[in-house]
Amino acid sequence: MSVLFLVVPLATLMVGLAVWAFVRSARSGQLDDLDTPAVRMLHDDAPPPAGPPGS
Amino acid sequence: MSATETLPPPAGYDVVDRSADGETARGADHAVATPAGARPSCAHCAGPVPAADVDETAARQFCCTGCRTAFAILHEHGLDQYYRLAEQRRGPVQATGRSFAEFDHEAFQALYVRRTPEGLAAVDLYLEGVHCASCVWLVERVPMLVPGVVRAELEVRRALAHVTWDPAEARLSAVARALDALGYRAHPFRGVRAEEVRRREDRAMLVRIGVAGAIAVNVMLAALALYSGEHGAMEAQYTRFFRWLSMALTVPTILGPGRVFFRGAWGALRTRTLHMDVPIALALAVGLARGVENTIRDAGPIYFDGLATLTFALLAGRYLQQRGQRAAADSAELIYSLAPSSAQLLERAPDGDEHLVEVPTEALLPGMVLEIRAGDALPADGVVERGASTLDLSLLTGESRPVAVAAGEPVYAGTVNLSSPLRVRVTASGEESRLAKILRQVEDGVQRRAPVVHFANRLAGWFVAVVLLLTAGTLAYWWPTDPTAAVDHAIALLVVTCPCALALATPLAVSVAVGRAARLGIFVKGGDVVEQLSRPATLLLDKTGTITEARTALAAWRGPDAVRPLVLALERDSLHPVAEGFRRAWPDVAVPAVAESTHTIGGGIVGRVAGREVVVGSPRFVRERAAGGDDVLAAAESMAGRALTPVLVAVDGAVVAAAGFGDPIRADAPEAVRQLRARGWQVGILSGDDPAVVAAVGRALELPPAACTGGASPEDKLRAVERAAAGGTRVVMVGDGVNDAAAIAAASVGVGVHGGAEACLATADVYLMKPGLGALVQLAEGAERTMRVIRRNVAFSVAYNVVGAGLAMAGLLTPLAAAILMPLSSLTVVLASWRSTTFAAPAPAPESPR
Repeated sequence: MSVLFLVVPLATLMVGLAVWAFVRSARSGQLDDLDTPAVRMLHDDAPPPAGPPGS
Repeated sequence: MSATETLPPPAGYDVVDRSADGETARGADHAVATPAGARPSCAHCAGPVPAADVDETAARQFCCTGCRTAFAILHEHGLDQYYRLAEQRRGPVQATGRSFAEFDHEAFQALYVRRTPEGLAAVDLYLEGVHCASCVWLVERVPMLVPGVVRAELEVRRALAHVTWDPAEARLSAVARALDALGYRAHPFRGVRAEEVRRREDRAMLVRIGVAGAIAVNVMLAALALYSGEHGAMEAQYTRFFRWLSMALTVPTILGPGRVFFRGAWGALRTRTLHMDVPIALALAVGLARGVENTIRDAGPIYFDGLATLTFALLAGRYLQQRGQRAAADSAELIYSLAPSSAQLLERAPDGDEHLVEVPTEALLPGMVLEIRAGDALPADGVVERGASTLDLSLLTGESRPVAVAAGEPVYAGTVNLSSPLRVRVTASGEESRLAKILRQVEDGVQRRAPVVHFANRLAGWFVAVVLLLTAGTLAYWWPTDPTAAVDHAIALLVVTCPCALALATPLAVSVAVGRAARLGIFVKGGDVVEQLSRPATLLLDKTGTITEARTALAAWRGPDAVRPLVLALERDSLHPVAEGFRRAWPDVAVPAVAESTHTIGGGIVGRVAGREVVVGSPRFVRERAAGGDDVLAAAESMAGRALTPVLVAVDGAVVAAAGFGDPIRADAPEAVRQLRARGWQVGILSGDDPAVVAAVGRALELPPAACTGGASPEDKLRAVERAAAGGTRVVMVGDGVNDAAAIAAASVGVGVHGGAEACLATADVYLMKPGLGALVQLAEGAERTMRVIRRNVAFSVAYNVVGAGLAMAGLLTPLAAAILMPLSSLTVVLASWRSTTFAAPAPAPESPR
């Protein structure tokens, strides 16, 4: 059972990494708007423009 | 350089310039929107094309110039993909064609534009007309339309476009024009300052919940190992390991995310009040100290699992509450952004040349001369210098009929110029205007309003006192026999009675209800409102815009049908409300050409249509120019008796027809009032309009005459509400104008209705997104059901706490039992709130809001 002394701190470390990632994403504003990205991913990539834009 | 100017419509879509017909003629065409039948449909908006606009030779048909321009722009730039994405297109494009020059003004830029570190400029624009996925796609393609724009991102929930551009290459007005041409009218987002603070708060809250949640789950896992290994099933070294692990995880969660509770408790103690945070902070502090001590001593309970879950559950409850209030505040702010942002300033060059410049309203100073076009709202107080027109004063007075003004007379900000252009010399602007002064009174009213003591808060004070007393009692009872056990039992009591479920009970039920209500178009700003609305009270309704539609509509017509095209032809280009009423009432009548016409302000129109002399106007005006028609005149008399404004029509010198104009009552108003009264509500009307009109509306709603008050000034309304409230009854005031704002602020609950003035919306506790009174019935029903859910939740958590406290005081509560009871009680409350049906699903809406 002494493997616990290795596995549990490792697991805790992984949780720490996940929390760090979450805090970073929240602070950088990725979670400010939860509606638009869901809509945006439906769009295809822009087709090559038919003419030079703003000509 | 703007997108719209540099983009000639491509050949093949031969653009017929109908702009000479003006905005209103187009408006009339749009009303023709019949279900698409044999008529071709518009290539842009898919709506039907009016028969007069069908061009047999063209490959594509358009219903109006706006749609034609938008299609041309999209096609030119290879953005046809829009038409594949647009699953639900929304009526014709109504481009304003404005220059948006005020967006480039220094005063405007200083207020709304931010500088980014890379030397670019950034702004938040509120867009009208955003509704679906294709809008996101299209708005985010703006950089392709306007060179110099770096980035455009649309936040679809609030319809906010975040635009970043290079000020050296592009101007903001060009961006606004491009959006306008596509049918999205841009407004500066006026909540910029509050927005920054709020965003920081939201992120901090989210971080707190995330950290507390992750830690709580892991501490629970460690606790699971400890509980299952109790009674010697686990070697001592592992037990010690898990206890130290629990401590290492819990200490940061309490000192980090849990700090808010200590701050709250400290604030409450300083003001000598008992707040929910007091026992929470006490339990956290004492539990933590005892847990740390026992961990180091290696004996006794450690409490860490309970403390970590508690912190997480309480933070989650707080977040839910905050989010519900946020959604309502957002919507009010967005509506505030719709206020006019520019004025037409008349500038005289040294050589005597006059020209108009668009300036932001923030830059107006006394002495400046403004040009107010017909249909525009006045941006400042002033005196008319030149011109005569009619004004819609309903924002200030609630009077629905237009009032005539001439040179030398004072005019006020917020009123709307209806018929012809005016030159106005500014006397007071911004904070000094009469409108701003009324708004300040409103703010005072809000501050004066006695704070409503929340049902749960009222309970919380008692709860906290009882818990603290019981804790002291437990300590005193056990101390003589066993001091260590006494401390443990006291902590067990504090932890198990922690108002977890109680703290969640109200916010959860309210936030679920507020969320459901928002989906129905009802925005509720605070939880206390739900409580106030859950029992019948006195309901005072404003008339104009609330019970009625706040527009002049044809309510009665007496005369031959053959006259209709002649009348419409004359009224075709007029901006007068009567003309609007005729166009709306007869959208499908074909209009003959007008040979000549003259308008007389305050009188009517004389013109030649299809070779006949036609006069349309007020009875006096028409009878000066025509004779006869006694039965028609009698009909006009009876219309005046029914509080309608009569208009006569004469053809070739003979009076042939009479039309009665009034403000129509909303279709659902009588039924809604009947239902509310059946529920026990006292319904009354409080209006600034003519008492005769108010009495007529009261009769239509079957209200007793005593309950209908007309001719009330904003101050009278405020007094009426205060009088009713002084009698001890709760007063719910429903209104839409600035004239109602003070009364709304003074009422127990203020309700602002669709299309209302910002002042009214800012002070209202509830904002109805859809027109009509039906939402009021839904609101009352929903509030009643929500309150029932809250009571059930509170009853449950109190029962749970009584049991838990009893066990703890008797010294029977093992940490295991506490660890099971605590999450179980919260879970029950969460599930009970989630499954409740507080606001019913919307019936198929006849008219979708916004």
